Amino acid sequence: MIAEAGLASLWLAAGLAALQLILATLSFRGAIDSGRQMRGVAIVQGVLGLISFVMLLLVFARTDLSVALVAANSHSAKPFIYKVAAAWGNHEGSMLLWVTVLAVAGAILALYSRRTSERTLVAALGAQAALALGFYTFLLTASNPFTRLFPAPLEGQGFNPLLQDPGLAFHPPTLYFGYVGLSVAFSLAVGALFTGEVDSRLARAMRPWVLGAWVLLTLGITAGSYWAYYELGWGGWWFWDPVENASLMPWLAATALLHSINVLAARGALKAWTMMLAVIAFSMSMVGTFLVRSGVLTSVHAFAIDPQRGAFLLVLLALYVGAAFTLFAVRAPALREGAPFELVSRETGLVVNNLILSVILGTVFVGTLYPLFIEAVSGEKLSVGAPYFNAVAGPLALVLAMLVGVGPLLSWRREGRPVLRRLVVPALVGATMLAITILVAPAIGLLSRAALAVGMYLIAASVVPLVSRNPFRAPLATWGMVVAHMGMGVALVGAAANAAFTQERLAVAQLGETLKVGPWLVQLQSVRPTAGKNWTALEAELLASRGQGRLTLRPQTRYFTSPQAETNEAAIETFWNGQLYTVLGKQDPSGGWQLRLWWKPFVTLIWLGGAMIALGGAVAMAGRIRRRRRAARNEWLRR
Amino acid sequence: MKPKNQRLALIAAALVALVGAVLLAMLGLKEQAAYFLTPADIAAGQAVEGRAMRLGGMVEKGSVVRLPDGVSIRFIVTDGKARTPVAFRGIVPDLFREGSGVVAEGRMSGSTFIADTILAKHDERYMPPQLGDLQAEHKAGKTLDK
Repeated sequence: MIAEAGLASLWLAAGLAALQLILATLSFRGAIDSGRQMRGVAIVQGVLGLISFVMLLLVFARTDLSVALVAANSHSAKPFIYKVAAAWGNHEGSMLLWVTVLAVAGAILALYSRRTSERTLVAALGAQAALALGFYTFLLTASNPFTRLFPAPLEGQGFNPLLQDPGLAFHPPTLYFGYVGLSVAFSLAVGALFTGEVDSRLARAMRPWVLGAWVLLTLGITAGSYWAYYELGWGGWWFWDPVENASLMPWLAATALLHSINVLAARGALKAWTMMLAVIAFSMSMVGTFLVRSGVLTSVHAFAIDPQRGAFLLVLLALYVGAAFTLFAVRAPALREGAPFELVSRETGLVVNNLILSVILGTVFVGTLYPLFIEAVSGEKLSVGAPYFNAVAGPLALVLAMLVGVGPLLSWRREGRPVLRRLVVPALVGATMLAITILVAPAIGLLSRAALAVGMYLIAASVVPLVSRNPFRAPLATWGMVVAHMGMGVALVGAAANAAFTQERLAVAQLGETLKVGPWLVQLQSVRPTAGKNWTALEAELLASRGQGRLTLRPQTRYFTSPQAETNEAAIETFWNGQLYTVLGKQDPSGGWQLRLWWKPFVTLIWLGGAMIALGGAVAMAGRIRRRRRAARNEWLRR
Repeated sequence: MKPKNQRLALIAAALVALVGAVLLAMLGLKEQAAYFLTPADIAAGQAVEGRAMRLGGMVEKGSVVRLPDGVSIRFIVTDGKARTPVAFRGIVPDLFREGSGVVAEGRMSGSTFIADTILAKHDERYMPPQLGDLQAEHKAGKTLDK
């Protein structure tokens, strides 16, 4: 019954989305005035979507094997949390999660949006309904998560062991909230393009969605990176896998949007530009998700699905993106020009920020889709990997980081206080770092060396906006910006230190033998079998010592029974100045064991930086909420 | 700047960024894209010495040789038409087996393929599409042979 209830609410939600779209069209044409009714419809649609997803969670929690999706992706002997997480660790479930978040976001927009005019809101809710309707149709016709299986099998087929990790429980939903949060920015932009009301009010209505989505995307990407780092056992933190690019592209667009939306909110400038970015940001979310999910790209994240479904998704994608771009092309020339600004001004700084981010986005986009394009044209298969992305995006990111130090010091509209004088100290910090790396480590790569220097400069430069004023009276939004910009510097330093100073040791060790990696001596003490709920494993005991310090690491090779698979569980020990990363390999015919050891100085700064960037966004959001509360209270007191 | 000129300047900047991105990407791709080749392609002389590429095929039965250092192996990848020797140093992935599919990333050095990374079929539902094609071809070849 639970599955049927879920399916029924999905159908009802789809019907309401259609109704919402019709109401929007009618009231936009002036035939009826249905703003209030539409809000109600959007809210009920969100609730029904949520009910449908909760029903899916319930069938997974109870391992109801008469539901085909559960039988294909779960197993009764699995830990409870992975039974639930399996609900979105597959194609149908993840699509249901996607459309649920879309519907709920529409409901929240209907509930809380007071800033835009009623006309724009109606058009935006219509756009949101059009988006949801397409995905409901996809789920109901081609990808039903509630299909029953008769007769029900006695046992499920289990769940990809790589995905059985606490990281899985939170990483995809976080990213999805981020992706789909951008859908509201998209719908608002589409609505405003219809009504022509692109102004600072719209920007203020859009900003919390962009900021919130961006924070979640940042968190999701950071968490995903760390998850891949410890789970895959390859010692890398970013592989330029298509699905990683799929999350990076909307993030880059959202980062650009986040900055340009401030220009629109504060100065009423960059109107068409900001609308364009809002359209691109969510388009990138869709491109990313559906290219990956449709199975056309080679990726570990590509759930193998039948080509028909892939084609359905691609058509849907082309339809939405095409329609939005056409609307933009038709309506953008009619927008009035924004407020003027001088060449040296914060507006220009933000335009430059946007241009560099767009170029990075463009190169990542081309690199990700090029293999598809070539295969379609000539049938040749090729892959574009880290060498391309590092060579192209790396230097651009460094140029961006240099300018991130400058931008916040510029004044709105016109040239203000001299800027370069305030950057003397950060420049000296960067130069010192450069000198140190040349003296201490003359052999490291050019890009790593530059990134170390630029990263240190940026860390110093990011706090300059707080200097020469009372930092505790600075608005929270400024604090958020400082923390996020500093996070970018920290992440750069971490990535560069990892690339430049990582030491690797790969060898066969007999029991009792000691290997040296970086400052560490690692002794293989024993290899023993061990077992978990649905796996057995070989576990090595390694005694690592550096000077006086000693500690034990226990890397494992796990054998899962359902489905059959092996995974490496790396053992990682974190210190203030780096991580010791150990992986157990296969047994050698001589009786020794393959060990792979890394000493990775300051690698943790990568994720610390990512977390700081997200935290900065969260602080800025808190600041805006506090300001609005205060304003509301003052108004109330005045009455 | 007048608002109208400012808009023109912004459009120009956006176009420059767009064209710049595409040019940069094309330049990078010309240098860095790794072609996916099979042993037959290599036998036909399609591989450029020292350039990053991917080699895909089946690990030939009985061809895996472990070297004395314990962490290097040599094996032969075949697609039924030609054979390419591969050298690899590292821990092979869990599902690397003789007679099963493999994709190796690396470069040609002489007649040997030096692999930096080996990707093996992980689990049927998470198989990279490229490998899926190859296996289908391989199976088709097998049935024809019989």
